[in-house]
Amino acid sequence: MTTQQRVAEHARRPSALERVNPVTPFAAAVVYSVPMLLTIDLVTAGLALAAWLVVFAAAGIGPRTVLRRSWPLLLAAPLSAVSMLLYAEPGGRIHAQLWLAIISDRSLELSLAIGLRVLAIGVPILVGLVGLDPTRLADGLAQVARLPHRFVLAALAGVRLFGVLGEDWRQIALARRARGLGDTGAVRRALQAAFALLVVALRRGGTLATAMEARGFGGPERTWARPSTLGRADLVLLVITVVIVGLALGASLTTGAFRPVWEGAL
Amino acid sequence: MTGSRIRARGWGWQHAGRDAPALAGLDLDVEPGERVLLLGPSGAGKSTLLAALAGVLGGEDEGDEAGELAVDGSHPSTLRGTAGLVLQDPQANTIMSRVGDDVAFGCENLAVPRDEIWRRVHEALDAVGLDVALDRSTAALSGGQRQRLALAGVIAMRPGLILLDEPTANLDPAGVVEVRDAVARVARETGATLVVVEHRVETWLPVVDRVVVLAAGGGAMADGAPAAVLGAHGEQLAADGVWVPGLPVEVGRGTRRPGAPLLELAELRAGRGGEPVHEAVSLEIRAGEALVVTGPNGAGKSTLALTLAGLMPPVAGEVLASEVLRAPRSGEAEGDRAPGRAGALHERRPIRWRPKQLATRIGTVFQQPEHQFVAARVRDEIAAGLRALRQPQAEIDHRVDGLLAALRLDGLAEANPFTLSGGEQRRLSVATVLASAPRVMVLDEPTFGQDRRTWAEMVRLIASLVDERGCAVVAVTHDADVERVLGDRTLRLGER
Repeated sequence: MTTQQRVAEHARRPSALERVNPVTPFAAAVVYSVPMLLTIDLVTAGLALAAWLVVFAAAGIGPRTVLRRSWPLLLAAPLSAVSMLLYAEPGGRIHAQLWLAIISDRSLELSLAIGLRVLAIGVPILVGLVGLDPTRLADGLAQVARLPHRFVLAALAGVRLFGVLGEDWRQIALARRARGLGDTGAVRRALQAAFALLVVALRRGGTLATAMEARGFGGPERTWARPSTLGRADLVLLVITVVIVGLALGASLTTGAFRPVWEGAL
Repeated sequence: MTGSRIRARGWGWQHAGRDAPALAGLDLDVEPGERVLLLGPSGAGKSTLLAALAGVLGGEDEGDEAGELAVDGSHPSTLRGTAGLVLQDPQANTIMSRVGDDVAFGCENLAVPRDEIWRRVHEALDAVGLDVALDRSTAALSGGQRQRLALAGVIAMRPGLILLDEPTANLDPAGVVEVRDAVARVARETGATLVVVEHRVETWLPVVDRVVVLAAGGGAMADGAPAAVLGAHGEQLAADGVWVPGLPVEVGRGTRRPGAPLLELAELRAGRGGEPVHEAVSLEIRAGEALVVTGPNGAGKSTLALTLAGLMPPVAGEVLASEVLRAPRSGEAEGDRAPGRAGALHERRPIRWRPKQLATRIGTVFQQPEHQFVAARVRDEIAAGLRALRQPQAEIDHRVDGLLAALRLDGLAEANPFTLSGGEQRRLSVATVLASAPRVMVLDEPTFGQDRRTWAEMVRLIASLVDERGCAVVAVTHDADVERVLGDRTLRLGER
């Protein structure tokens, strides 16, 4: 392989989200979620979620990717909806009652709004943050967010070590079965296995630190082989975020659906 | 670029909390551009010297330094980027998750300008002959590729001194040659001073022009041209664990009496996640016979071993235990046997056995001993399996004492298994498996990274399992000497 081929393979065209600096989704998540937490209503949550799904589709992030990254929310949303359905302060017509659980008009509406709100806040944040490349994130945290580079790079090396420890854990589990120790005492067994993993992890961490130090890590100054800068894509993401928040809250206020959390929604 | 000069005068180092120094009274001068092979018995402080030269030995709280040590006139710990170090474990040398980033890491730390970094990255990868894309995942590299990547990361820093700590000990034969040739080319092209620690002398003779032998008590025992040093001290070096060319290890072989079949592999394919990693294998594993499984890296040797040892389910085909292997043993209570009709198919499949049954029938020694350890003392480590089998205490003590003596671990009975040396850990891992007296022993790379002495110990031990205990041994190895000395039959995987 020639140098040109290496570079050509290196420089394939990045996707829309890959052109955004990994630090930006974090900032966007704050800008987005704080106003969105102000209200519990169907209009705000529904509009915002719909708008994000359109944006994702336009950015080439298909429904499968969205589902793959945000599936835990599909469990969390119905759960919070059900608890709201049963235990929200009753109001309006009462449909059913069992001890403390009361299903009323009000709890029906609230439970829908809560379920939708979990999705509206959670889905875009998870889609933006899950699957961020750790290396690019570290570059961004050190170069854009100006976090101390020693800390960021040590954390990055630790993340890579994590994958290695997964394989160690598997080997330890197999070794336990091979030694006839898998029959009794689940807690004790898990503790012993965890201890063995800890020892292996400490040793690996120690040698990794040595290898990093041997390559000059820890000096006062360093350069960055991969530039991490903010650009138009980052501005676009922030503008989209602000527009969606404005649109959703504006529509909710205009239609009178706005139901602020401080007005005793619970 | 010119090489660095090394100067040591009465140098020594004592690790914090140890009774004796790792190294003492070392006088050594290495001229710029010299290529030195550093030998000596294990415990003579070879790795300590390399770490000191690399400036990564640590400060005062890590140990006490004596005498004087200088690279290019300065103490190594004050230098950054003058010396580059490659460690034995390929896994330990990889820092970043992509090939290009990993090579660039050292340059970044030396504050090399960005354009210059990438120019050096390409040069370094060319120099070690690593033809992969810059964004290739480092996790996808073979051991030999990883070590060449580590070497590229080192030479991209343009060091005057390249330090290699057993860089090929964990590699298969193809990987050894890859790395050795890359080192030879780099040394020739950069003119850097080279210091290599390695037991396998023959591999490195074409590269080095000087051999230094450290003595166990401290200081250098011999120093000079390779032929002269090996000629004068060959016997001593061999006894200390160095693989001296022309002095092969001879392991006596008892009379083998192949007995009853214990395991039958029928069109077996092993693999992970439903994907077979090798072609179908059909054979019988018999008592009193050693089967050697060889093949290049990635051929599926270890996966096959774990599958026939009842630790992983086969992807296709069967592993079936014979009636002999499943017969109840002394100490195994009736109640421990799985319910069901005798001879039912699922009872013949080791993967379906409970751990206690498995341990008394098939023992497995893993590639990395520390994955196997569960106790804080060597004695308890050996007893753990017997306690799980609810043996009476007197019986446990009797067997543990026997194994401690047989594997020369009696002096270490109270030591913590994790603090043992590599060879001792390996002997202990065999002892823990032998405790429950399985009739089939599966060993994964039992001689990986061993010096000549521990290698010979290990091979004699395995041979005695077959000859004296009548075990069936399955040894996974890429070591041609193991196959020659030990194997009755050989299964080659991944050869097309």
